[in-house]
Amino acid sequence: MKKNETILLGHGSGGKMTHDLIDQLFARYFDNPILRQQSDSAILDLGTGKLAFTTDSFVVDPVFFPGGNIGHLAVAGTVNDLAVSGAVPLYLSAGFILEEGFPMESLEIIVRSMAEEAKKAGISIVTGDTKVVNRGQCDKLFINTSGIGRLEPEYEHISSGINIRPGDKIIINGSIGDHGMAIMSARNELKITTKIESDCACLNHLISESIMGCRQIRFMRDATRGGLGTVVAEIVKGKSFGLKIDESKLQIRENVRGLCEMLGFDPLYVANEGKVVIVAGADEAGGLLKRMKQHPLGAEASIIGEITSDHQGIAWLETVIGGKRIIDMLSGNQLPRIC
Amino acid sequence: MKYIDEYRDKGLVRLFAEEIKKISTKHVKLMEVCGGHTMSIQKFGIPDLLPSTVELISGPGCPVCVTSRGYIDQAIAYCRLADVIIATYGDLIRVPGSTSSLEKERALGADIRIVYSVLDALIIARENRSKKVVFLGIGFETTAPGSAAAIIKASMAGLRNFYVYSAHKVMPPAMEALIDEGVQINGYLGPGHVSTITGEKIYYDIPKKYGLGVVISGFEPVDVMQSILMLVQQIESNQPKVEIQYTRVVKPEGNIKAQQMLEEVFEPRDDWWRGLGVLKDSGLKIRENYQTHDAEKMIEVVVEETIEPKGCICGPILKGIKKPKDCKLFGTVCTPSDPVGSCMVSNEGSCAAFYMYNR
Repeated sequence: MKKNETILLGHGSGGKMTHDLIDQLFARYFDNPILRQQSDSAILDLGTGKLAFTTDSFVVDPVFFPGGNIGHLAVAGTVNDLAVSGAVPLYLSAGFILEEGFPMESLEIIVRSMAEEAKKAGISIVTGDTKVVNRGQCDKLFINTSGIGRLEPEYEHISSGINIRPGDKIIINGSIGDHGMAIMSARNELKITTKIESDCACLNHLISESIMGCRQIRFMRDATRGGLGTVVAEIVKGKSFGLKIDESKLQIRENVRGLCEMLGFDPLYVANEGKVVIVAGADEAGGLLKRMKQHPLGAEASIIGEITSDHQGIAWLETVIGGKRIIDMLSGNQLPRIC
Repeated sequence: MKYIDEYRDKGLVRLFAEEIKKISTKHVKLMEVCGGHTMSIQKFGIPDLLPSTVELISGPGCPVCVTSRGYIDQAIAYCRLADVIIATYGDLIRVPGSTSSLEKERALGADIRIVYSVLDALIIARENRSKKVVFLGIGFETTAPGSAAAIIKASMAGLRNFYVYSAHKVMPPAMEALIDEGVQINGYLGPGHVSTITGEKIYYDIPKKYGLGVVISGFEPVDVMQSILMLVQQIESNQPKVEIQYTRVVKPEGNIKAQQMLEEVFEPRDDWWRGLGVLKDSGLKIRENYQTHDAEKMIEVVVEETIEPKGCICGPILKGIKKPKDCKLFGTVCTPSDPVGSCMVSNEGSCAAFYMYNR
């Protein structure tokens, strides 16, 4: 830490600055073997079986947006962090920080969505906390959720990605950039009339139904803040393999792409809230894709790239015109308060 | 999608690449002077597709990059005044000043708002009458008409608390200065957005005085490849001229109305460019008629002494004589999340584009 340094919005981007803050401060002080894994969920060994444990806070602005609200996000975000670790999500906690003056009616809508989302995901919200702060001391409401799930031994390797090897395929369950651009279009300052819906959704059923029987799932991660670009850069960081993405295989909705072009955003780094990136063995990738496509949240799934033995430690993109460029983690802050 | 997919067609790009390869015999250095081109060339991996005889170099086309550190220092001084709101395009936020940045000042409590259009700054001024709203006017002929329009609007509406702090610049003096300095360039990819406003006439001196061609180019890969082909054709046949590839947007006469607004509000002044120094008549100063909206004239402020970063070679990089990889700081001390020089901050900066896409 440098002297006189302050927290900047970029520290919450999910990209390089967030990583540096975690490495140089939180991980330094909290250091322990479980935290050191730095996966989406902590994997806890209770002797009788393993648990996945995770937490996430939600500060999205605006709290209501096309395709969902902060409550949907708060449930789906934590459920997804558990599910991509290979766990079956079971129980969630919900902590609310409420701003004085926030309409009760809006709070009820948000809480009702959380209940509905939890029911759909098959989990229970079993404990919680409520704090209220003076007007102006938080913006409307912030929600924290923590969750635990049961992790079967055969999926223990997923969160660390230790089994990834050259030849493996990269799969994603649909279009990228929907959530980030939905939030952008919902913010008043842009006065955009196009309706972009967030992809916010719980992915645990898609994951449990499609990974069941697939022995070659090497790794999964939900591509949230920092987008697909940051996830693939994380997968190869310090590793002895490379990762290639074929740009022509990426799906980007027309209105999302249009808005990105207009604002100068790269869709690779725009947040998603219902997208899982899967690394799967080449032999089983086809079958996995077929099963994913049978699920509504996987209908647009496709293979978008592969793990390579060359370009070690580097994720790179073969562009639509056949050129090449590297994919690095998001630097700075493309969009604040998107989740 | 209309106007995107057609211009990212792999087959068409390949055709242009083959044609360039077929006719190119001389080793040429082609310079783009628009940050949008820098970004597009790296983002699509265009250098990979060109024969070894065609080298692309980046010039001073990123407005944030050529702006002096002193400008940022003065903007920081404004933002520290209790009655000032700074309105700015997003890419200035992280540019380092001598000891701080707007981003850091915002974290310390300064009221700094990112806008997507200068007209949003007008709205902020209307809604905050007790504050002085200073818009950081940065950019070439592309964004300067927006600032001009806002100043005219503010003046007509009697919005006395709206100010522009102008670092606006015009492109032709820089293009000529590079050749005068002896930077080896065989042709220019002309900036598409600047030319949309100015038309083609501002480049007429370049073939006439210097014997170099200018092809005004669009930003999609097909545009850039076609423009490169047009330049190579000019060079191989020794017929330098000004041509427009980006005809779907750029008209030879440009946007007359925007030109009139620029003329109405701004007058030329000598201005400092990173890498090039002071260039005659290369900056845009707010005319006396509109000085009540000129932050430099109306808001007094003490600015700290400018300290230029040690070891940063943004200057030579902006002239196209050094590449980002030639800089000792590149990728080690200087990264997009902790930039030393302005070329690493702006999305359109050469160093940022190289770091993101081509390390």
